[in-house]
Amino acid sequence: MKSKAAYLTPYFLWIALFVIAPMALILYQSFFSITGHFTFANYEEYLSSSVYLKMTFNSIWYALIITVLALAISYPTAYLINQLKNKQLWLLLIILPTWINLLLKTYAFIGLFSQNGSVNDFLRFVGLGSHQILFTDASFIFVATYIEIPFMILPIFNSLDELNPSLINASRDLGASNWQTFRRVIVPLTMPGVKAGFQAVFIPSLSLFMITRLIGGNRVITLGTAIEEHFLVTQNWGMGSTIGIILILAMFVVMFLTRDRKNRGGQIR
Amino acid sequence: MKKKFHLSNLYLILVFAVLYLPILYLIFYSFNAGKTMDKFTGFSWQHYLTLFADTRMISIVINTVIIAVLSALIATLIGTFGALGIQQLRKRSLRNCILSLNNVLMVSPDVIIGASFLIFFTFLGIKLGFGSVLLSHIAFSIPIVVLMVLPKIDEMSQVMIDAAYDLGATKWQALTRVVLPAITPGIFAGYFMAFTYSLDDFAVTFFVTGNGFSTLSVEIYSRARQGIDLEVNALSTLMFVVSLLLVGGYYALTRYNESKKIHRARAAEEEISQ
Amino acid sequence: MKKLMIILAGILALCLVLFGINYEINLKSGSDTKKTLTIYNWGDYIDPSLITKFEHETGYHVDYETFDSNEAMLTKIKQGGTSYDLTVPSDYTVQRMRRQHLVDKLDKSKLPGLRNIDSRFMNLTFDPHNDYSVPYFWGTLGIVYNDKFVKRSQVEHWKQLWNPQFKNDIMLTDSARDMMAVALITLGYSVNSTNYHHLQQASQKLDQLAPNTKAVVADEIKMYMEQNEAPIAVTYSGEAAEMMSQNSHLHYVVPSEGSNMWFDNWVIPKTAKHKKAAYMFLNFMLEPKNAAQNAEYIGYSTPNKAAMKYLPSNVRNDKEFYPDNSTVAHLQVYRDLPLKVIGHYNDLFLEFKMFKK
Repeated sequence: MKSKAAYLTPYFLWIALFVIAPMALILYQSFFSITGHFTFANYEEYLSSSVYLKMTFNSIWYALIITVLALAISYPTAYLINQLKNKQLWLLLIILPTWINLLLKTYAFIGLFSQNGSVNDFLRFVGLGSHQILFTDASFIFVATYIEIPFMILPIFNSLDELNPSLINASRDLGASNWQTFRRVIVPLTMPGVKAGFQAVFIPSLSLFMITRLIGGNRVITLGTAIEEHFLVTQNWGMGSTIGIILILAMFVVMFLTRDRKNRGGQIR
Repeated sequence: MKKKFHLSNLYLILVFAVLYLPILYLIFYSFNAGKTMDKFTGFSWQHYLTLFADTRMISIVINTVIIAVLSALIATLIGTFGALGIQQLRKRSLRNCILSLNNVLMVSPDVIIGASFLIFFTFLGIKLGFGSVLLSHIAFSIPIVVLMVLPKIDEMSQVMIDAAYDLGATKWQALTRVVLPAITPGIFAGYFMAFTYSLDDFAVTFFVTGNGFSTLSVEIYSRARQGIDLEVNALSTLMFVVSLLLVGGYYALTRYNESKKIHRARAAEEEISQ
Repeated sequence: MKKLMIILAGILALCLVLFGINYEINLKSGSDTKKTLTIYNWGDYIDPSLITKFEHETGYHVDYETFDSNEAMLTKIKQGGTSYDLTVPSDYTVQRMRRQHLVDKLDKSKLPGLRNIDSRFMNLTFDPHNDYSVPYFWGTLGIVYNDKFVKRSQVEHWKQLWNPQFKNDIMLTDSARDMMAVALITLGYSVNSTNYHHLQQASQKLDQLAPNTKAVVADEIKMYMEQNEAPIAVTYSGEAAEMMSQNSHLHYVVPSEGSNMWFDNWVIPKTAKHKKAAYMFLNFMLEPKNAAQNAEYIGYSTPNKAAMKYLPSNVRNDKEFYPDNSTVAHLQVYRDLPLKVIGHYNDLFLEFKMFKK
């Protein structure tokens, strides 16, 4: 018991200093108006303003689309990579693009999607004519999904990699078709990975900001954009913190919905 | 069967092509004789020459790499032990509560994290610079490590650990001989994610840096007001090539070791049979 | 386990090597000397060769840190923990820093170079006696158009932006103050209005611009315009100058009915530790030749009158970037408004951005 306490100390110290303390600070600040008076007005404004409620709805909606798309693309990718010969190498190659600065990649996308960009050049070449690609919902969702895919592939790949092949063989021996094996054996056993991926993608997607402006042309406004603005432009840290608290609450809800229900670890003991 | 194989390969090729498309685009324009990323006017090395002459930039790159490598390492250590601790919690509600706290930093927008860390550091009187940036990067990388390692621990069979104890292993032996090897892939994944987060972070670093210390992201974002220089493209190309070489090298090395192991095992087998 | 330990050792060794290299680089550039000057400026907002020149002339080492917005810079200076010797706030930020006692009063006897500054740009409302700030660059807010799609006569006035023929054609700058200013000027009000009804009217006016708005962006606006993404943009003169140097089809207009005039200024924060060096640097930058070299490198308009003669004549005589007195008379400088009013400006602008959908 003692040794357990020793190696857990840094982790709990971290929770206390870098999670609970900042959270307390944000909560404290959310009760102050822009002029520095104690008030509940920030919460009242948030809950009564159609602008903020619409923004919240938008954020959740876009984050959901992005997460579902990322999952739809990542699961088969992770599954296929897991069957390749040098799978660890291929996995590294999936992570590698994330090491290039995000702003720079976004600028590259602007170059690709602009009126005279490569994509439009291609469309004209094929005879489809040029289109407005930038500043549309589609381009925003595309780029956001692009950014999040590696964060989804990794946990799914890990859970697939861990999968005991004898279980699959057993399923086949028992006469299950490929599809049945996939649906009844592989999918349930990789659920922890899918949940981890869902958390790693959905939660940050709620507070995307920079690409909402660069690719979305501020046609998509998320909670992250609003917080950014309140902290850096209006200097209304109270309102910014209030939205931050809302985001943290949303995260708790997501965590609750994707929690581990099977109680596996406890049963064995 | 053969047709299916082709289809799945095509899918993978497509995914990789999209993932690498913007990067190839950046690399292509790093050789542009012109100054912008929209028209290619001719081949030139000039942006690379500018980069090599820019000692400030080189120093910033080294800072960035040190911070990323070191913060990811410490975050992985703390996060892995944290995940081991969480797994041992018997109460579901407590476990879920700690996991939620764990994720707070992942959901909080960078600006909030940065601003609150800044207040926190100045309150404690920590000098802004290398130390404060390192601490913050460790802090925001820990949750992702926990998220990557925890599923691995959950999947690890408790029977194995119990068997180790039954065979007389100490706690330390059980940890190093049984648990850690089993969760190594998760630890690696956590390390790489932590490394990635650190390299990419702009907002948090911006707030907590000071006294002449800067990282690549802060420099790139600050330069955006004047338009991004192709020097940065050249730099990214070099970093990309280096990481590609590292990945390739690491992979070749592990392959070589493995084949040596197999070789040795065979030799040993032969010796025994003789 | 052994594998993990080897990797651990490898990472630590790598860090050590990198530390060594970095130390070597810093040694060469001389940052270990005690004589340092820490400058906190916008990214890429000075000719780096001038910094080298200053280091050679004075023996000081310059630590150069960067920020990307006034407010972000303000937050860092207010919080403390760092000691910058010089920084470059814009006009209204100078006023705010003054009010919050974050800047040092200048000793003008130590700034002989101050007389080089054009008297038109001294003693402005944000710092009436230039007791705290030295003008660095200045400019205007205006309209950039692409002559492939639009004629000059179509965009000479703010109200023409509302013309239905420009549907989905205009790029706006993501700044509440500037876009509200466009609406306020069009309605004939002051850009510093705090009148609730005026603001309400301006907000409605701005909402009507939504159909013509293609996107609301920031620094990227340059890149978009250079690539012919949109025919019209509302942006600052400095940005415009850079776009025009890349794309010859672009032109800049300052509407004659009035616009905003902005200034970026040097100030010495209260927390500065090397004030002597800061004054040396200010005088160095005020020297006409250096100011001219810097203006040519950055492409913004310099307020340094003595530097004008060192600028190429086509730059010096450019009416859009160095407008004559009659135009300047119509330009308004932003004042720092009460926080509550700024909050109101921002809420209205946020509404506008949401309105577009």
